[in-house]
Amino acid sequence: MSDAPAGPAPATRFAVPGRIAVSNRAAGTWQRATLTEIRRETPHAATFRFAVPAWAGHLPGQHLMLRLRAEDGYVAQRHYSIASPPDDEGHVELTLDHVDGGEVSGWFHTVAKPGDEVELRGPLSGFFAWPGDRPALLIGAGSGVVPLMSMIRHHRARNLTVPLRLLVSARGPEELIYASEYGAETTTVFTRSAPEGVAVGRVAAAHVARLLADPPEGGWEAYVCGSNGFAEHASRLLVAAGQPVDRIRIERFG
Amino acid sequence: MNVTRGFAGRPRVRNDGLPPGQYDARDDWPVLSAEVTPELAASEWTFTVDGLVAEERTWTWDEAHALPPSAYEGDIHCVTSWSKFGVRFAGVSLDAFLDLARPAAEATHAVAYSHTGYTTNLPLADLTGGRAWIVWEYGDEPLPAEHGGPARLIVPHLYFWKSAKWIAGIRLLDHDEPGFWEQNGYHHRGDPWEEQRYSGD
Repeated sequence: MSDAPAGPAPATRFAVPGRIAVSNRAAGTWQRATLTEIRRETPHAATFRFAVPAWAGHLPGQHLMLRLRAEDGYVAQRHYSIASPPDDEGHVELTLDHVDGGEVSGWFHTVAKPGDEVELRGPLSGFFAWPGDRPALLIGAGSGVVPLMSMIRHHRARNLTVPLRLLVSARGPEELIYASEYGAETTTVFTRSAPEGVAVGRVAAAHVARLLADPPEGGWEAYVCGSNGFAEHASRLLVAAGQPVDRIRIERFG
Repeated sequence: MNVTRGFAGRPRVRNDGLPPGQYDARDDWPVLSAEVTPELAASEWTFTVDGLVAEERTWTWDEAHALPPSAYEGDIHCVTSWSKFGVRFAGVSLDAFLDLARPAAEATHAVAYSHTGYTTNLPLADLTGGRAWIVWEYGDEPLPAEHGGPARLIVPHLYFWKSAKWIAGIRLLDHDEPGFWEQNGYHHRGDPWEEQRYSGD
């Protein structure tokens, strides 16, 4: 069938395009980043602020790669979502869980102090980016809220009027990252413990139905971020509630 | 790069099977698909070889299982830095499908496409010569849906985003066309031993 159109693939339900063009030069260059501030978010998570003078800028939802080097030359590198909004020029913030036995997150939580230097490359991948253009539903659990918070902060910093809603799940109020920053756009769900009078349970169809209610013209873009188990659960609920499969972007931590 | 103050890292284990920048995920097998896991029954699954071939062919689940069985036993490497050792995938060598469709002489590249619409591009040479498989078993069990079941492509000598889950077909081309992650800044070939993670690496 050499006379057939040689398109990359047949038209299918999932043709989720990247939201932006990615700068290959920025992605390819390791840059020095200086830790300037550490803010505790929860007993297990803290925010690390870096000065990155040559940072090319990013969009909410993008991630970067970070590396640490030991004296014998051993290098450990990890991908992390960016928490800060694009307008925080020359700086990026990451919010990291202290992973049990994690060699990189362990260093950040037990050794790192302002003035330390690490290396970064990025921003990486346009797939999960949200430029602030289309109405968006954000669903995150645990540290999965990090790239979504970059979107919320961007929305506020720019006084955007495009609809934005966040559903965030945490084990309990003390484990809720960015607890003081949420506004009317946010619904919180607590899975293990909650203040008196607040329900305990996982994200359910009723939450998602409320999230999808009163859709804007042209519908929603949905962004889901968290563990694979959470992402599977939340994305199934979205599909069941009628959100088109090709308008659900998923970032799974692993 | 400079030494990171106070960073020791995990205990060093000499492992010649570990490409640069990778770590051993041991029993973990992270799921990193960007799309909703499809509900795709084996009876609905098909696999097609099209594009620059003498004969476009489509196989059903049963027809694909009638081809000679072949398995991959070895390691896999994900661009997010984890590697997994000693895995076993069973199915059919991609050569068996390509031999029946007969690639045209001018075919140099391929796009693998999924039932979800996911795409990834590969040089044809990376898909032939016993280096790529269509698989439906992991260990001795059916391949789980979140890992690409009922059937996925595996091209284990490249980063694992090339091993398209929920594989629907391979289209042969006379030029390279970037797939889903490749359009999003990832490397066109993705050789873990060359650490080809992103465009420009």
